Amino acid sequence: MIESVGILGAGKLGLVLARLALKAGFKVNIAGSGSPDEISLSMSVLAPGAVAMTQADVIKQSDVIILALPLGKYKTIAVDGLDDKLVIDAMNYWWEVDGIRPDLDDVHKSTSEIIRDFLPTNRVVKAFSHMGYHDLLDGSRPANSSDRKAIALAGDNRDDVALVEEFIDKFGFDPVYIGALQEGIRLQPGSNLFGANPTKKELLELLNHFSDSDLGKRLA
Amino acid sequence: MIKKTSKYTFGIDSFGDLATKEDGKLTSYAEAIRLVTEEAVLADKLGINAISLGEHHREEFAISSPEMVLAGIATRTKNIKLASGVTVLSSDDPVRVFERFSTLDALSGGRAQVILGRGSFTESFPLFGYDLEDYEILFEEKIELFAKILEEKPVTWSGRTRAALKDADIFPKTESGRLETMVGVGGSPKSVIRAARYNFPLMLAIIGGDPARFAGYAELYKRASEEFGNTPHPIGIHSPGLIAETNEAAFKMAWPLFKQSFDKIGRTRGWAPWTPEHFDNEVQSGSLYVGSPETVAHKIARAMKVVGAERFDMVYGFGPMEVSARKKMIELYANEVIPRVKELLGEK
Ligand SMILES: NC(=O)c1ccc[n+]([C@@H]2O[C@H](COP(=O)([O-])OP(=O)(O)OC[C@H]3O[C@@H](n4cnc5c(N)ncnc54)[C@H](OP(=O)(O)O)[C@@H]3O)[C@@H](O)[C@H]2O)c1
Repeated sequence: MIESVGILGAGKLGLVLARLALKAGFKVNIAGSGSPDEISLSMSVLAPGAVAMTQADVIKQSDVIILALPLGKYKTIAVDGLDDKLVIDAMNYWWEVDGIRPDLDDVHKSTSEIIRDFLPTNRVVKAFSHMGYHDLLDGSRPANSSDRKAIALAGDNRDDVALVEEFIDKFGFDPVYIGALQEGIRLQPGSNLFGANPTKKELLELLNHFSDSDLGKRLA
Repeated sequence: MIKKTSKYTFGIDSFGDLATKEDGKLTSYAEAIRLVTEEAVLADKLGINAISLGEHHREEFAISSPEMVLAGIATRTKNIKLASGVTVLSSDDPVRVFERFSTLDALSGGRAQVILGRGSFTESFPLFGYDLEDYEILFEEKIELFAKILEEKPVTWSGRTRAALKDADIFPKTESGRLETMVGVGGSPKSVIRAARYNFPLMLAIIGGDPARFAGYAELYKRASEEFGNTPHPIGIHSPGLIAETNEAAFKMAWPLFKQSFDKIGRTRGWAPWTPEHFDNEVQSGSLYVGSPETVAHKIARAMKVVGAERFDMVYGFGPMEVSARKKMIELYANEVIPRVKELLGEK
């Protein structure tokens, strides 16, 4: 059972995920790169109810950890205490922020695998990465709404995937499982899914045409 | 004519997109710069309050030195405020930014406005020899220094990102004693708080999604200003749009222009191409102000109301738009949209 959600990253995406998690009834713990004081006012106004704390406390006190910091900074994640917790990786390589980083743009290794290899836990599921943050905020809908949007996820462990699927559903989106963590590469920048805001049907359709996308061609 | 006593400010913004000429060819960079200058002169005549020119260093846009173009505009206009939208402070030198804009302020009789920001592009970093690793500290230190320089007294400062200054006096001083300065912010709460800390007015760049979500940022700005013991300034919004006589004409013209420009930029970031649904959503409930004057006026009024903004700047002439349609758009904005927005906001 997931009761508390920890979010690392209190920027555009982190805030939206905090709001969605609160709306879904979870307890939300959140940290930015610095001290909790730096973000507590922002949280009280923009995501009231979310508790600003240190990275270490977020990790200690949360059932699941969502990574919503710039991918290029992944080595600054305080991994202590992560043990074998479930981690949702929502990060992407965004060269205009991360700089030119060939290590994060490797066609043979998805960035979520890089994260899994870096973290002590193996329980990494990729989700919430392909949709723009305002589409995420504006698009949350109750189950069975005709205009409900879909979020793709990738992960190796079926139980963890099931947990995250339930989670995505509670956030107001239809989960679409696309395969093992390495398949998560199909959600990365350059994919026809990246930045798209599709319904489930449209998402499945996009997956079918992945090979025509810029990334699909690079992977071929 | 727009009455000057209004509490609201309406502006137009451009990055100097290469426009399409009558013969179907794209303007050169030089022509694009002269076009913006003519449009600014027209906007001034029609009573538009401000023009902001954004600094970019990429092939789609002609304007890399906004204050040079603004200086040209300054000597041919009377009332219009001359703003940068934005000046990428992180990769610039605060001393020089002040010197250039206080010069512009002199030329224009006090109409210069600097809008400081980080911009949504980072191509200026490699160009001027900065490292993206230093993104945060560059902005943090430079805005601190700039805030000091704005006091127009000798400055003593030291930091990591620039040579230290000791009792450095910087010229020309402005006539008003204060160069108008704002901070342009995307979606980062940290930037909002920073603007409040330095007591700069906030310009929200809203380029996608429902503007209502920025109401929280406006509230954050107020609350943070109060915590720092500052009086919050009015807030402005900057968003793209296209106005034509009818909705149909505007939608038809806007779709290929926006798609082409957003897709071109998006592609370098790995962003999927725009779909017609995406465009429709942005037009219906998002942040593309596309349609007839009546449609656009309602959309602007709603956005200003929900956010509590007193300024609205429309990015016009997006993509390779026809020169004549750009002119028409500015006329419709000044003559029909702005008066109607004021009416909708309860100002006669
Ligand atoms: N923006 C989107 O639409 C979107 C959508 C899907 C996925 N994503 C992904 O989500 C991630 C964040 O993007 P964003 O747009 O939200 O960026 P952002 O607005 O710049 O926010 C990044 C946040 O991460 C914090 N941070 C940095 N290092 C940290 C650490 N070690 N521990 C905890 N927090 C840390 C930053 O804190 P400071 O401000 O104190 O440095 C900031 O609060 C990126 O990987 C991006 O690709 C973004």
